[in-house]
Amino acid sequence: MSLVYPTQSLSVYPKHLSPGYKSTIKRSPSKPLIPMPHTISELTGPVYGHDAIQENDNDLTRQHAAEPLGERIIVHGHILDEDKRPVPDALVELWQANACGRYVHIVDQHPAPLDPNFTGAGRTVTDKAGYYRFVTIKPGAYPWGNHYNAWRPNHIHFSVFGHSFLSRLVTQMYFPGDPLFPFDPIFNSVTDEKARNRMIASFDLENTVPNWALCYRFDIVLRGREKTPEDMD
Amino acid sequence: MSELTPSQTVGPYYAYGLTPEGRKRWKPGDHYKWKETVGDNLVTPDAAGERIRIEGVIYDGDGKPITDAMLEIWQADAQGRYADPRNGAALPNTSFRGFGRSATDDNGMFAFDTIKPGPVPGPGGRMQAPHIVVCIFSRGMLRQLYTRLYFADEAANAADPILSLVPADRRATLIARRETQNGKPLYRFDIRVQGEGETVFFEI
Repeated sequence: MSLVYPTQSLSVYPKHLSPGYKSTIKRSPSKPLIPMPHTISELTGPVYGHDAIQENDNDLTRQHAAEPLGERIIVHGHILDEDKRPVPDALVELWQANACGRYVHIVDQHPAPLDPNFTGAGRTVTDKAGYYRFVTIKPGAYPWGNHYNAWRPNHIHFSVFGHSFLSRLVTQMYFPGDPLFPFDPIFNSVTDEKARNRMIASFDLENTVPNWALCYRFDIVLRGREKTPEDMD
Repeated sequence: MSELTPSQTVGPYYAYGLTPEGRKRWKPGDHYKWKETVGDNLVTPDAAGERIRIEGVIYDGDGKPITDAMLEIWQADAQGRYADPRNGAALPNTSFRGFGRSATDDNGMFAFDTIKPGPVPGPGGRMQAPHIVVCIFSRGMLRQLYTRLYFADEAANAADPILSLVPADRRATLIARRETQNGKPLYRFDIRVQGEGETVFFEI
């Protein structure tokens, strides 16, 4: 497979320095990044097969003695490349707060309860059609210290591997209609509205399971498209 | 405009989701048994080559250690082969995968145990000096930063086609110093995200 990874496509990503999100101020390079050709080192990437995971890794409601509290949901979708072709055998990892908006991480001191039946981490590998599926609970919103009365919209963190180390993506999935969107500098660090909306899952009634769980669809588009004659060296 | 899904920060709480150390450290109720597939020790018993350790501290623009960063590395084996069948080139004939992930500790330190990589082909038929691709994620980084680690004791650095793109006075930021720790080779590779001695990051 001969894929190319045009850096122009990255224009929809947030800038490294996005001052509304204060932590970027001291954690972004001050000098311009140095462009370089993609070599074998960038055009290859780690491969994790289905042997990397286990049965309940993608069901965050079944990793403990009992079910976690909260609204049970299904999150599913396809991992695609820039040509919208499926990315099979891609390792997809996620982590999230519990239904009360609290992470198990020790640094999270938000005074909302932990749930002994919820860690909030999962992973899966896409099938031949690039499809993945998780069962989890809807994470709560939570406050953070960026500015006065700052709250993160409900979100699930995603980490995805694609066709090469250049396709590597860490992003966040948001839920439709969240009233916190206009106030969140992380969500709004993506300045193009269409691109921003691609981080919002869509409610999926068709795949909602009656009497059991709502479903959300979240397709993820990674870097990489087929080489065309215009791409010749 | 491309149709990519935009990048977002890994945030401060990724460790229990993404790293074996994090999974062990924070556990509600009974502990879910993960199969640990991604960690900071890349060495497999069957992998040939020099066993090395890489250590470094990552600093922010105030010179403070970043205690919640995550580093990922991707490298060839000692014979210069990447473990990626999609590439079409020769694969390692061992179980060496060449991928690792390390969370920085309370001192901002990351560490990897691995095998020193061999040289790999580069642009225009020129060979590249042995190197490791490094990808950095952190709270305060809305997208990952890519850099490269080269080895101070490699004469091939002088002719490396990528190092030669870097202004001469900044190349040292990409070269790990060789030291000895408990009689074993250690390469020290500190990363400065911003300011004096700022590490070179690549637009790729």
